[in-house]
Amino acid sequence: MSLLGIDQSQVQRLRGTADEITRQIAPLLKSHTTVTVERAVLRLLGLDGVDHNQVPLPNVVVNHLREKVRDGASTAMLAAMLHTRASITEVAERVARGELDLHRLPAVPEDEIHHLGLELATESMERIHAMVRERRSRMDRLPVREQPWKYVIVATGNIYEDVAQAKAAVRRGADIIAVIRTTGQSLLDYVPYGPTTEGFGGTYATQENFRIMRSSLDEVAEETGHYVRLVNYASGLCMPEIVVMGAFERLDMMLNDSMYGILFRDINPIRTFVDQFFSRMVDAAAEIIINTGEDNYLTTADAVEAAHTVLASDFINESFGLAAGLRPELLGLGHAFEIDPDLEDSFLLELSQALLLREVFPDSPLKYMPPTKHMSGDIFKGYLMNAMFNLAGIWSQQGIQLLGMLTEAMHTPFLQDRYLALQNADYIMTAARHIHDQVTFRPDSLVIRRAHEVMDKTSGLLESVRETGLLKAISSGWFADISRPADQGKGLLGVLEKSDAYFNPCKPVLASRLGLEKEIDTWI
Amino acid sequence: MDLNLREIRPYGDSLSDGAMQLSFTLPLPTGPLAKEAALRLARKMGFAEADVVHMADLGEGFSFFVVYGKTRLFIDATDITVTAVKTDVWDRATCDEKIRELFGRKLKIMGACIGEDAHTVGIDAIMNMKGYAGHYGLERFAMIDAFNLGAQVEPETLLARAREKEADAILVSQVVTQRDAHLQNLTRFVELTEAAGLRDRFVLVAGGPRLDHKLALELGFDAGFGRGTFAEHVASFVIHHLVQKRSLGSEG
Repeated sequence: MSLLGIDQSQVQRLRGTADEITRQIAPLLKSHTTVTVERAVLRLLGLDGVDHNQVPLPNVVVNHLREKVRDGASTAMLAAMLHTRASITEVAERVARGELDLHRLPAVPEDEIHHLGLELATESMERIHAMVRERRSRMDRLPVREQPWKYVIVATGNIYEDVAQAKAAVRRGADIIAVIRTTGQSLLDYVPYGPTTEGFGGTYATQENFRIMRSSLDEVAEETGHYVRLVNYASGLCMPEIVVMGAFERLDMMLNDSMYGILFRDINPIRTFVDQFFSRMVDAAAEIIINTGEDNYLTTADAVEAAHTVLASDFINESFGLAAGLRPELLGLGHAFEIDPDLEDSFLLELSQALLLREVFPDSPLKYMPPTKHMSGDIFKGYLMNAMFNLAGIWSQQGIQLLGMLTEAMHTPFLQDRYLALQNADYIMTAARHIHDQVTFRPDSLVIRRAHEVMDKTSGLLESVRETGLLKAISSGWFADISRPADQGKGLLGVLEKSDAYFNPCKPVLASRLGLEKEIDTWI
Repeated sequence: MDLNLREIRPYGDSLSDGAMQLSFTLPLPTGPLAKEAALRLARKMGFAEADVVHMADLGEGFSFFVVYGKTRLFIDATDITVTAVKTDVWDRATCDEKIRELFGRKLKIMGACIGEDAHTVGIDAIMNMKGYAGHYGLERFAMIDAFNLGAQVEPETLLARAREKEADAILVSQVVTQRDAHLQNLTRFVELTEAAGLRDRFVLVAGGPRLDHKLALELGFDAGFGRGTFAEHVASFVIHHLVQKRSLGSEG
């Protein structure tokens, strides 16, 4: 039922404009690869582990290959495997020990390299698909609750402490557990290895930590009778590698935005666009729901003035996501409840925006972020703001409700804060369960007028971006008031132009799995 | 009933009743034993008439409590002296306006977390565009050029970059306080600027969760800011201090 009377043909026009915007930069994506895409390919082909200095083997190989990475990092590795009859990990270990130089390999026929590459990539797809089947079967047995799913974070820095807190939250009704990463991990150009017990404001994303949390959540799900989704953060310099690790360990959601790293972590724009595309193909194959980070726009820009930039960015994220094979139900498009609570009718404006997002993306499980910017040490007011956020969430039928903590802006959540947040959501969402079907708005109401105004401004912004080009719009500060030029930013050195001989065995295998055979050559 | 400043207790619903509320979690399974433990803890903390008004099961053997009690402790308010930055705090727009009006140019502010300390949270909260808790950082101020060098910056590098950019103010952040590393780093930075004959050229500001104005002054800084500080506090102080310096004729 449409509450706002949004014109669906206008929505389709905006979708078309967003597609034109993203397709404008497709040639740039196609002609480049990045060090982390190549390391992700190596991981997909089975490479894991670290050398004697704790440097991950995928980094050892890519650093060793230097300029040769332009051919695709797997090319030389596959040739070495054929030549030495060793596994990919054995080859990398020899490289790490200085026993093997990938620049001095005897010639190996290209078709043999491609054949082995495709074989290993296919095995890898099987490994990922086994996880998809496992998730589906667990969800059949342990059905998830109806939306909005209640999403809480743990952030102790110690994975074992995280487990205790996560299990407690699940027993009190949490549907989704996100393990926040330690400060600064997004700017590491490698993924740490093994279980970790020290982090600052969060816990390292490592494959072993993923495994530990996954098995603990599976355990507690058996007791509560509901599958628990696990989330981690792929954004940053290692986006595709972290998605591969998540796919192998059956993570259910990944923060995987197409522009967040550019704007908020000052990562090079081309690097981010290349990384997000490949990583989202892996997300799609693993049926991982992505979460996008539009909520962050409102932490720097004003939530009333910049509401249309959130919607415009959601259209762009959707367009990139669909192109990479993510179905609408895997697109957790982001937005947030960040309007100044002292503003008159702020709740009506929030409700309007939340309903608008729901109406524009009816098949996507929107990720709705709680107030952060206007949270203070006044925990009592903060608790009330979170209640209003929960009311907007149930009213507008959000998919993923990221529960606000009353101690936001002070410290990482106490055990009790998470419990209080769940209590808050349970009360509001039970009390107002069917409000969406019960209330309609007058055509001249603020809620409806505001939604149409935001739609029109979004349309204007997307058209300007199409005229200007996405890279120029980003460098001109059109999103979040932050300017990021395409030839600057962190990780720029890890952006490489592909050679004519470039080969990525995972590309055809992923494309075929996702039914993207026709379009894929436009993008990668 | 007269207020006795020498014996200040919390006010619940009558003067000096000492009434307080607190909430906490104990790692004990919910039940009579956990409740008794919460009560005894409250008494041990100096609360008379302690009352556990709410207990809830948090799962995994944890219990949550809301407790009311009346503290017997009091504070002599006549015995307190506070050292804090006393200048007015202006909002971002006012800071920009003042800079335009008083200096007619942008102010340059450079910041870093020095030494081994790898925590950028403090300096980022003050300097980065995003700021903290809804308070924009200095990068967002129209009339401030903010240079955030990040963490693990050598004091020499910070000073050299500040000279090169002709900064008006230098912000030094210190988060880690283990083995008094923050005191050593801050002292070293002041000594370095003095040895280079540059102490008067910059407004020096120290910041960190375990720092305060008094300590910063003792270490030779112009100001110190602790927890709860936002960009506008720092910007306002820098403006005031530069104006003060100028009127004393110490600038240029």
